[in-house]
Amino acid sequence: MAKRVLMKGNEAIAEAAIRSGCRHYFGYPITPQTEIAAYMAKKMPKIGGVFLQAESEIASINMVYGASAAGLRVMTSSSSPGISLKTEGLSYIAGSDVPALVVNVQRGGPGLGGIQPSQSDYFQATKGGGHGDYKMIVLAPASVQEMASLTMLGFELADKYLVTSMLLADGTIGQMMEPISFEDAEPKTYDKPWALTGTEGKRTHNIVNSLYLKPDELEKKNFERFEKYRLIEENEVRYEEYMTDDCELCVVAFGIAARVAKNAVKAAREAGMKVGLLRPITLWPFPKKPLAEIAGHAKAFLSVELSMGQMIEDVRLATGCSRPVYLCNRTGGMIPSPEEVLAAIKAAVKGE
Amino acid sequence: MEHKRLTVFAGHYGSGKTNLAVNYALHLAGEGKRVVIADLDIVNPYFRTKDSERELREAGVTVISPRFASSNVDLPALPPETYRLISDRSVYGIIDLGGDDRGAYALGRFADAIREENDFRMALVWSCYRPMTETTLDTLGIISEIEAAAHLPFTDIVNNSNLGIESTARSFLASLPLAEELSRETGLPIWFHAAEAEVARELRGIEVLPMMLQRKPF
Repeated sequence: MAKRVLMKGNEAIAEAAIRSGCRHYFGYPITPQTEIAAYMAKKMPKIGGVFLQAESEIASINMVYGASAAGLRVMTSSSSPGISLKTEGLSYIAGSDVPALVVNVQRGGPGLGGIQPSQSDYFQATKGGGHGDYKMIVLAPASVQEMASLTMLGFELADKYLVTSMLLADGTIGQMMEPISFEDAEPKTYDKPWALTGTEGKRTHNIVNSLYLKPDELEKKNFERFEKYRLIEENEVRYEEYMTDDCELCVVAFGIAARVAKNAVKAAREAGMKVGLLRPITLWPFPKKPLAEIAGHAKAFLSVELSMGQMIEDVRLATGCSRPVYLCNRTGGMIPSPEEVLAAIKAAVKGE
Repeated sequence: MEHKRLTVFAGHYGSGKTNLAVNYALHLAGEGKRVVIADLDIVNPYFRTKDSERELREAGVTVISPRFASSNVDLPALPPETYRLISDRSVYGIIDLGGDDRGAYALGRFADAIREENDFRMALVWSCYRPMTETTLDTLGIISEIEAAAHLPFTDIVNNSNLGIESTARSFLASLPLAEELSRETGLPIWFHAAEAEVARELRGIEVLPMMLQRKPF
């Protein structure tokens, strides 16, 4: 077994990024993700990398855009209000088909909200956020180990499909410490013949751009991009199932909510109730197919979220509204207790 | 275990300073002493002394926390009551600092008064399982950064090497040669070792402070 170390979720992201070959980090501090920047500030100078604290979130996302256009493996990180500031850049990056890793360690909103954990940026992450027709691969870690492994996966998928991978974590997983290990595997990289690396007079120049003067060309580009998104939906769905084979009620939860929900599902099983858990690891592409299959035998679903109920809409769509979908939620920085989730499970089983 | 009037727990981010400060406070209170613990962590937004406030108060320990600790505001202001811990020499004072030099700056304000009284211990909380303090060389760098920020020198080492919920007697024992090396290189004595209570029970012939860990529902 690889060596075990004790790390904070935010540190695990930073270390995993470095091990993925990321040598360029641009960011602006905000609680509860500042440890990512702090770790990069300490480590990058020692390994010949770049850590740059920009003058704002808007500047940092555009630095990511530029560095990625130059073919570099690059990332930024922030928390909810900071991600709102970055969304214009996210749209430009999508419109230019360059890869990036963007981390959102969510806190309570809307507005300045608060610094405690939240999952209320689900819509922003999965439905766009910025303007125009675009998608990001959205990865939802539920442990410090996954903070590391999904960071590595995020870089790979971004380079493979030339999209932004967003790691959608929350303050609790960012701040909590758990033992983890890093595999010594070489990071997977992709050739970037489109990158702006200088022609040296030997080739025609590359262009990275999101402006299209002719509407028919822009339409064609959008059709092509959505063909790429279709491939991602076909090949990159990831999720974890727990006791769903015979479940009559299926709990759906991601990230920290899934950890609480799993404890509640175990308690429900001990009490003789047929309850299972589906934990989406990719929020986009959403695990529609397994949910549709579970709807074949489950009588109802329960979405557990740290928001006013956002993922619940995707659960309804995935199941074609064929079964009732109930909501168990806390917001504003609050986390439901396993007892609260268990009470919601009991109510949902009774159809309340 | 010998006690000084004031004990400061400082060290690398995530080395377990808060857990140690809380457990040490309970240990002192268990010996019948009047104890005041001050949370001077200006770095960490979650998981702080305040989370253990109920247990501490039940044990008779006075808790001083920043006004906005564990709230929705990230306002790293020091609690004015901290002066009580410095000026009231009839109590045993424990200071829980934030991590690294960034956290240690909070102590600078009180360093002159602490030096003048000269009845203090500044303990380096250290874990060999934290990636930035795995080697003695790295730890030496962090030590000098913290001392410069805190305006106080370390006097002791507390070996808090642990792997969280995966901690075992074996993982603890593996830290001993590294702790001894750190002690040799720094010239600082190992004041004590700390381990989670169940792990501590398995360790014989070695003085270990058994630690209660905060339980999380996830």
